[in-house]
Amino acid sequence: MIRTLKRMRYRIGLSSIFHGLIVLFAFLITIPLIAILYFVVREGITRINWNFLIHIPKPVGEEGGGIANALLGSLIIVVVAALIAIPVGIFSGIYLSENKSSRLSYWSRLAVDILQGVPSIVIGIVIYFWIVKPSGTFSAISGSIALAIMMLPIIIKSTEETLKLIPANLKEAGFALGLPYHKVILRVIVPCGMSGILSGVILAVARIAGETAPLLFTAFGNPYLSTNIAKPMQTLPLLIFNYATSPYEDWHNLAWGASFILLIWILLLNIITKLVTKKWKVQL
Amino acid sequence: MESTIIKSSDFNAYFGTNHVVKNVNMEIPPNSIIAVMGPSGCGKTTFLRCINRMHELTPGATCNGRMLLHRDNVYEMHPIFVRLKIGMVFQRPNPFPNLSIYDNVIAGYKLNGIRLSKKEKDEMVEKSLSRAALWNEVKDSLHKKGTFLSGGQQQRLCIARAIAMEPEVLLLDEPTSALDPISTASIEALLYELKLNYTIVIVTHNMQQAARVSSKTAFFYLGEHVEYNETREMFTNPKDPRTQNYITGRFG
Repeated sequence: MIRTLKRMRYRIGLSSIFHGLIVLFAFLITIPLIAILYFVVREGITRINWNFLIHIPKPVGEEGGGIANALLGSLIIVVVAALIAIPVGIFSGIYLSENKSSRLSYWSRLAVDILQGVPSIVIGIVIYFWIVKPSGTFSAISGSIALAIMMLPIIIKSTEETLKLIPANLKEAGFALGLPYHKVILRVIVPCGMSGILSGVILAVARIAGETAPLLFTAFGNPYLSTNIAKPMQTLPLLIFNYATSPYEDWHNLAWGASFILLIWILLLNIITKLVTKKWKVQL
Repeated sequence: MESTIIKSSDFNAYFGTNHVVKNVNMEIPPNSIIAVMGPSGCGKTTFLRCINRMHELTPGATCNGRMLLHRDNVYEMHPIFVRLKIGMVFQRPNPFPNLSIYDNVIAGYKLNGIRLSKKEKDEMVEKSLSRAALWNEVKDSLHKKGTFLSGGQQQRLCIARAIAMEPEVLLLDEPTSALDPISTASIEALLYELKLNYTIVIVTHNMQQAARVSSKTAFFYLGEHVEYNETREMFTNPKDPRTQNYITGRFG
């Protein structure tokens, strides 16, 4: 009796230690995020004003200057990347969810999984040899292509997983009304999975908005404002990388401000994802 | 008036090498309710899905033989055309969750890209929902999503969606098996009304339901079409011992 009581106490103790541990770790993982937010906000928020957003950087030694070129560049490069990746990604995702066990979907799925794991710098190098070298110039479009390749696995996976969950009887309902295959897919299946597909797209955009490595030898960077996608273009992550590693205090400040803007951008995209998921959610 | 609207002759259906519908010969008269009954796995649903060519959508599914709608073999028509002529209601209610009740009724037109005027749409929605005995319950909430309705209402919405296309034949695959008795009763009452305008083939594993609603009944067993007769005759005087065993509850 005594022994079972002791054993019982031991087990209860073990149980509370375990509970304490998971609470502790759940708390610990919030620290890095809070620390990052704290530093970026503290250093960045004081630099932010209207002039910071609409001016390009000034040469060393001059006061003021902003990140307009990087902000516009990031926007253009990301939008072009999304325009390339969204159709390709969604159509591939549809194929994979429709053909669960064909030979093509096996290899295609494998390719997507591997692509997801390819380091971004490697994608940058490949684009450098494929596009930048033959064309003879760094360009925003080559940066967009590198980023589009990084977006693809995220969009394909989220599309595939979302569409797989749509019950087969909805598809049958469409066919039974005499709908052709493409209308069943585009007007029944895709609208029902819209919330998942959109959130995948937005998360992919958020994911690549801060990518630096593949842009180093594709978009390259540009100290001036440019809207020509065939020429080098500045982006927020490149600006941060170049200016934060420079020896000038002014430029460090610029990098902090740009980091703050980039952080806000990504935070906003994540919030939009949540809202979109709610708004387009379909009760199956 | 012709005496047969659908006629199958020597009809077989397969899943891969599995022979699930064996040599079925059956004639279905217009403006009547035909019940197809039998134990689970006897091929009754597969046979029904062969009539409007839904069977072939399953990977590995094949069939052969002749299936005539009037005098035309449906397997020589385009499947889309067949499915416009022969509507279908499924076992589980499946309204389109992204569409309102209103849009669900006209989904066959809307999604096919057939343009209708607002007046035509309004008329069609009211007429179809009234025929499906759902109008009074939903007329004030037509723009809510179809999935907000109860199961029985959803199933009647699916019937309204099917009859809005004005098909000649309506196939019902165990339409009440997922519903409670009250919803079942209202759908059965509805079938009587619909008989005036449509030919109805209803698959059921519920013998009482077959006896209540149908004028003729077919009995399937292990893929074979065992017996086909006037419902009253079938239930009082079955010819085949297997039918007798089934309706007296010895198996199934």
